[in-house]
Amino acid sequence: MADLGELYQALILDHSKSPRNCRAMEGSDGRAEGYNPLCGDQITVWVRREGDRIADVSFQGEGCAISKASASLMTAAVKGKTVEEAERLFAGFHALVTGAPAPAPAPELGKLAALGGVAEFPIRVKCASLSWHALRAALRQQDGAVSSE
Amino acid sequence: MAGVAGALSLDVAAIRAAFPVFGRRIRGRPLVYLDTAASAQMPAAAIEAMVRHQSEGHANVHRGVHTLSYEATEAYDAVRERARRFLNAASADEVIFAHGTTSAVNLVARSWGDAHVKRGDEIVVTLLEHHSNFVPWQMLAERTGARLKVAPLLSDGSLDREAFERLLSDRTRVVAVAHVSNVLGTVLPVRWIADLAHARGAVVVVDGAQSAPHFPVDVQELGCDFFVCSGHKLYGPTGVGLLYGRLPLLQAMAPYETGGGMIERVTVERTTFAPPPGRFEAGTPPILSVVGLGAAIEWLAGLDREAIAAHEQALLARATERISEVPGVRILGTAPGKVSVLSFVMDGVHPHDIGTVLDAEGIAIRAGHHCAQPLMQQLGVPGTARASFGVYNDLDDVDALVGGLRRVREVFA
Repeated sequence: MADLGELYQALILDHSKSPRNCRAMEGSDGRAEGYNPLCGDQITVWVRREGDRIADVSFQGEGCAISKASASLMTAAVKGKTVEEAERLFAGFHALVTGAPAPAPAPELGKLAALGGVAEFPIRVKCASLSWHALRAALRQQDGAVSSE
Repeated sequence: MAGVAGALSLDVAAIRAAFPVFGRRIRGRPLVYLDTAASAQMPAAAIEAMVRHQSEGHANVHRGVHTLSYEATEAYDAVRERARRFLNAASADEVIFAHGTTSAVNLVARSWGDAHVKRGDEIVVTLLEHHSNFVPWQMLAERTGARLKVAPLLSDGSLDREAFERLLSDRTRVVAVAHVSNVLGTVLPVRWIADLAHARGAVVVVDGAQSAPHFPVDVQELGCDFFVCSGHKLYGPTGVGLLYGRLPLLQAMAPYETGGGMIERVTVERTTFAPPPGRFEAGTPPILSVVGLGAAIEWLAGLDREAIAAHEQALLARATERISEVPGVRILGTAPGKVSVLSFVMDGVHPHDIGTVLDAEGIAIRAGHHCAQPLMQQLGVPGTARASFGVYNDLDDVDALVGGLRRVREVFA
């Protein structure tokens, strides 16, 4: 049961019940949908950039506690970061949830580390990474759907 | 059904002992397997038949003159006859080995459908279909310009018979329905549907993936033209399914796939095709899976199937009652006479999170849209959690499930 407590820890439950930056964005300059056809989870991510920096980021969607909490934590983590910093965070985060060795240099994951319990439940990796794939697509200003498949 | 009597007349402990998988522990706990509607576990009899075949009898069928090939052919054809008896088809030539329910439905939609369905014709399905008995018909409609009509359900998950009757017309060419819903457990009135459809001149296709594992099927009694089911839901292996088709229909159908094994004569100018069933089994078939399926249905048919049905009903009744007592749980599908497939949702908790918390306790359920997205849209949920019961489940499994759901409530309090 220790691994379950690790997965659904208080921070995750809090972010899934009260997600941050959970709203549609007016005046965004990038928007992408993430969709997992296997489970039906759907998420839309909006970004507004100022130069190379992510000035604002938000999301809306339907999904499980893991996917919602991950999206919420992601928006909090990447807001104000440069696109390159966000990419490095994603690389570090992806290594964390898949149980792979951290990339070098390892990014400072902060609260994102709360999703480390996902590594014990490989089937849920897609839930945790769906919003990140959508963010990446939104940053590339590819309006449309991306899949975590 | 006499639930208690049935539960007593079935020796569940002996049945469980026939399944090697129950020797496993999941995350340190005994396995509680409640996902039989997705894939039933395999009894040792079927596993051993496959090991034996692969160890001592592996060879291609229908071609070689040597002993191994002859034996493989005998074994393969024997399962066809076994499957004929299992479905009560009139002839073994009416039984085709497909790769599964999905490939069997696609075969019918392509081979029969493309030849007979024209622009302006109508195809009738129901809202509770699995994608495997929905998408092939939707695609057929798109290819041909026919119209797909979807019969609605009543609030308990049973077919809205009046609405269904109104959907039929003289343009109806195919009626494709599930025998049993993989989400709601509803048993559809197939005989009634077949009679109505036939009165309109339509062909009736029945998706029996979820019915054949729960109760005996008699395709002649059902009055259907095609019936399909999957080996791995019948306590057998993946990679094989059964397609029953009435012989006159099969004889008039063009092949779906072409190549080796399905021909009569090939010349540079043209090819003529073997009669059914060979015409629909191009290429080397999944011989090993067929052998496993044969052993599985032999094993299943050796049990008292009425007692199994009664036992599963007793589990369903107990689970329905006890799950309803867990705060925030709502059961979806309450049609009278439903089989032991129990879908539910829990307030404020996504089905996948239910599934993961239960998995941590060694309990396997299904969570998600169950390949029935049109039904999910109707129910207004993104997905459900689903516990399904098979021959090897007992009341302890129900208790474990209820305990697990209370744990879900704690985690998401």
